[in-house]
Amino acid sequence: MMKASSGFFRSISIAAAALAASTLLTGCERPPIDSVQHGFRGTGMVQVYNPRLLIPETHKNVVPDPIPAVPSDGPRARDAYKNVQVLGDVSVAEFTRLMVAISQWVAPNEQCTYCHAPGEDFSSDSMYTKVVARRMIQMTQAINTRWTAHVAQTGVTCYTCHRGNHNPAEVWFKSAPQVQATRGLLGNDAGQNRASPNVGLSSLPYDALREYLSSNPQEIRNNGATALPTGNRSSIKQAEFTYSLMMHMSDGLGVNCTYCHNTQNFAKWDGAPPQRVTAWHGIRMAREINTGYIEPLTPVFPAGRLGPTGDVAKVNCATCHQGAYKPLYGVSMLRDYPQLGRVGTAPAATTAAAGGARR
Amino acid sequence: MAMLSFERKYRVRGGTLVGGDLFDFWIGPFYVGFFGVTTMFFSILGTALILWGASQGPTWNLWQISIAPPDLHYGLALAPLAEGGLWQLITVCAIGAFGSWALREVEICRKLGMGYHVPFAFSFAIGAYVTLVVVRPVLLGAWGHGFPYGIFSHLDWVSNVGYQYLHFHYNPAHMIAISFFFACTFALSLHGALVLSATNPPKGEAVKTPEHEDTFFRDTIGYSIGTLGIHRLGLFLALAAVFWSAVCIVISGPFWTRGWPEWWGWWLNLPIWS
Repeated sequence: MMKASSGFFRSISIAAAALAASTLLTGCERPPIDSVQHGFRGTGMVQVYNPRLLIPETHKNVVPDPIPAVPSDGPRARDAYKNVQVLGDVSVAEFTRLMVAISQWVAPNEQCTYCHAPGEDFSSDSMYTKVVARRMIQMTQAINTRWTAHVAQTGVTCYTCHRGNHNPAEVWFKSAPQVQATRGLLGNDAGQNRASPNVGLSSLPYDALREYLSSNPQEIRNNGATALPTGNRSSIKQAEFTYSLMMHMSDGLGVNCTYCHNTQNFAKWDGAPPQRVTAWHGIRMAREINTGYIEPLTPVFPAGRLGPTGDVAKVNCATCHQGAYKPLYGVSMLRDYPQLGRVGTAPAATTAAAGGARR
Repeated sequence: MAMLSFERKYRVRGGTLVGGDLFDFWIGPFYVGFFGVTTMFFSILGTALILWGASQGPTWNLWQISIAPPDLHYGLALAPLAEGGLWQLITVCAIGAFGSWALREVEICRKLGMGYHVPFAFSFAIGAYVTLVVVRPVLLGAWGHGFPYGIFSHLDWVSNVGYQYLHFHYNPAHMIAISFFFACTFALSLHGALVLSATNPPKGEAVKTPEHEDTFFRDTIGYSIGTLGIHRLGLFLALAAVFWSAVCIVISGPFWTRGWPEWWGWWLNLPIWS
């Protein structure tokens, strides 16, 4: 009797231990781990990557083969076609090549008919997608010429965000206001504690991007500049909003906080990696993309493309980066399509771009 | 130093682990032993190396002196002295000194016929240190993952390594460790308050006995762990805190590379509600 019961308890405890061990292991990764030093030795400024988790990321960031280059001389597109409001100064061959490329980048199944209604003249603006595409081309050119502080000479193309999708995979909408299930006792969750993927499943405010990447942005840096309180009226809530933005940036770029900060002092520029400067410009760039290009297009979009509060799909860091520290791991597609950056108009630049090594 | 009258009975021959009678002697009140010699060797050499390293560094400010580990690209190889090799030597000295000290404690326990509670407890502290500068760097493949030897610099390292995982308070082992640390200080404060209350009665009253102490806690929370039990509990809480601290750092990197908040996805994805 004793023996039977002790055997029973033993098998129960073995089963419990096995269950606990397997639960623990499912939440685990394993060595070997890759790490990238990002500051002076011993500062702990290190990026930590599981190489097995990077394999699918690598596949996601393969650049499609460029369409063979075509002559840039001959008649201009604006003379050969009607209603060419952008890209009018490129050659007809380049214009056609770019149209083919864009259709592959954005609508590989529908091709031309995603923006040009079948049976209508190519010049017709009857489809909203064409109106949006035109504005997006202007946006791309603006990014490549005016935001080199962020995109450098690598630049962006439609593919940077679209990657073969009509809508970029990573966009954001303003969250619908939470309906309070109860009054009083549980109070207001103040827009946090929802384990949202927007903030890496943390308890931080999940709707923070509207505070920073749209119009009337909040101040991001709100910590005091002195050790003792000397008049800084920022609240903890404001600090948490900042952390939400930082969680998004970290998630969007697949990096940790030390990619841009020496956390000894988050606000201090001295000792922070240079990537922080790039990121600073990136925040302002995303803001301008949203307020200057995307939000004004809201009335153009059909209702089905809008968010829960009727806002348009907006960009954040992940829209281009998609989990990589540099979109497409820093491969420049703009070199093959200089018309999108107006960087290839001068003959010298064209030669340099054509002869430039591709990674 | 003269020997105190009661010391004579504690100065017991034998019980050494290494060296037989050779090092079985005292200098003043201090037992030497083989491991006393090795402790002195490693600690003097290690301290001298730190001082030499400081002399090669930019500052003599006590807060800012720092001996940093090698760059990551040295992997698990030896680095030049001025580029982290010094850190490697000092690490060897530190482990040698700490280990020697623990073994010297073992010898003293054997002389006195005591249990090994003291070296056992100290070994948890050594284990935490070795986890930080040997186990985790080896698992991650580079000595550069160790922490720098400096007052401020090691704190900066702690901060940055925490932020490598975005929000370290979501590290489950860190949660457990913190809970044990708090429980440990709470238990110590209850215990200390109880002893001080019992031994400082109002003027004219006798010092209270453990019966009073037990009665106080039985009346307050329905249970008293007792005079011996509180020390067992204290030891357990303290060692558990150190043990889980070591766990929480060794899993950060080798067994989890992303933000710790994300680790809790398994909870959100339980088939019960997902």
